[in-house]
Amino acid sequence: MIHPIPPGTRDILPDEMRELRRLHLALIEVFESRGYGEVATPAIEYDEVLARGDGRTADSAYRFFDESGDLLALRSDMTVPIARLVASRYTDAEPPLRFCYLANAFRAVRPQRGQMREFAQAGVELIGAPAPAGTVEVIEVLEAALDAAGLDRAVIGLGDADLFRQLLADLGVEGDTRETILSRLATHDLVGLEAELARAGIDAEDVGTCVALSQLRGGREVLDEARKLGGDAVQRATARLGETYEALEERGAAERVRVDLGLLRDLGYYSGAILEVYDPALGHVLGGGGRYDGLLERFGVDLPAAGFALYLERVHVAQTEEESRRRDTS
Amino acid sequence: MSVEVAGAASVKPDGPLKLAAPRGALLGGTLNALEAAGVDTTAVRSESRALIFPGEKITLVTMRPSDVPTYVEAGAADVGITGKDVLLEQADRMVYELLDLGYGRCRMVLAGRKGDERLGESQRRLGMMRIATKYPRVAERYFESTGRQVETIEVKGSVELAPLIGLADGIVDLVATGRTLEENDLEVREEIVECTARFVANRVAHKLRAREIDELTAKLREVTAR
Repeated sequence: MIHPIPPGTRDILPDEMRELRRLHLALIEVFESRGYGEVATPAIEYDEVLARGDGRTADSAYRFFDESGDLLALRSDMTVPIARLVASRYTDAEPPLRFCYLANAFRAVRPQRGQMREFAQAGVELIGAPAPAGTVEVIEVLEAALDAAGLDRAVIGLGDADLFRQLLADLGVEGDTRETILSRLATHDLVGLEAELARAGIDAEDVGTCVALSQLRGGREVLDEARKLGGDAVQRATARLGETYEALEERGAAERVRVDLGLLRDLGYYSGAILEVYDPALGHVLGGGGRYDGLLERFGVDLPAAGFALYLERVHVAQTEEESRRRDTS
Repeated sequence: MSVEVAGAASVKPDGPLKLAAPRGALLGGTLNALEAAGVDTTAVRSESRALIFPGEKITLVTMRPSDVPTYVEAGAADVGITGKDVLLEQADRMVYELLDLGYGRCRMVLAGRKGDERLGESQRRLGMMRIATKYPRVAERYFESTGRQVETIEVKGSVELAPLIGLADGIVDLVATGRTLEENDLEVREEIVECTARFVANRVAHKLRAREIDELTAKLREVTAR
């Protein structure tokens, strides 16, 4: 007799579980060896507490009442719970604080899209280490994690969450119009972006600059090209990115990093550097992260922070693909 | 001439770029634009039965326009061309819309029977219209944004039939010349949006094959701007 489970959830059988476990261990080993202590937090929290992190993302898809009528929610990531944990339990600790996790998170899915309602994330949070040093450290941990997973072709996109927000403010675009334009950028709808910028009364030259900026991605030459496009906001963002990139270069860790000025993640709490991870073996993003210097403040602790999360199942698929590719070519 | 699709949903940083091309009304314009951009399209023009046409730099994969976002989102195709109508209906697909190619121009409209006041009458009397369409999500968004309630009825075939035999008060459909409407005694009541062919890219391919995709975008921009 077949008893269904909800779409977007799954059972994992022993063969896959063994491989996933190996990947778990390899990743946690990397994190621990760099001083990131593993933590676990409850999968259910008070909705009110999660919502503090970010109205939009912490707006969990799954909310319910407990026996005393309190509103509970399933976490949609680990960044917000760890911010909560730091604010409540590490108030007197000397920063920086380093934590890692391997945990399941829960999000809503769109039907028939192969999206997961419950998925495992492996990641780190570095709290109390400002840019650029903190960002560089997080990127290096991410690189070590990708190496441990055997994803030698994986690429890390490095962008700046504030670039377009500030650029639009400099152009005098605020409020709803700005949010609409940012959402066009986040989905990379360039045709819609051009139309919205024109509608906001921005002259053709600045529209051209915005579109051209969003398409700049590559090595350090991207920063020079961006500087040429001008504007205060661009100079500030390229200076921030330049600092991070140069520090990575000095440490010999810039090879798999691509500067990407069009990168925007749709999670509301990011500020400054943002990261995304790609591998040629998979058409989907493997993970992401960045800085969220304002997040801890919402929990009453004013500390800068950065981190990343990898989707464990996707990393596993990419790992399998890469292994079979290496077998084929050797 | 057809070959197997290797490694579905993987973005190969080497080998030819896979481009999902729409069969049907957009195919002619698509092949003309690609040819002008320097892509060899003779095989597609001659062999209409094959689905995959390998090339040195670009492999063309032909499919229904409404499947293009599916293949591109998954990374099975690196880039693709499809109509804005398809992108609007599948607005939740994560594909990058890089360029308006300008051809395949048509209008998404609300149409009803000539001289029939049912569209207005239903709204006034019942507070609800019944609309038949192949684009339920576009239709729902449009009526929601104009503050009207509708019941959308999704149909797969000739939408024009629906108001003629009383399935719906009106239709939301794509109109190029308007001849089909005319022949069925229907008329355009409201224009919703103008649609043209768009060039789209997979999110990961856009990062990992940046140079090739930028080059192709620039060439297509040049040839379609004329």
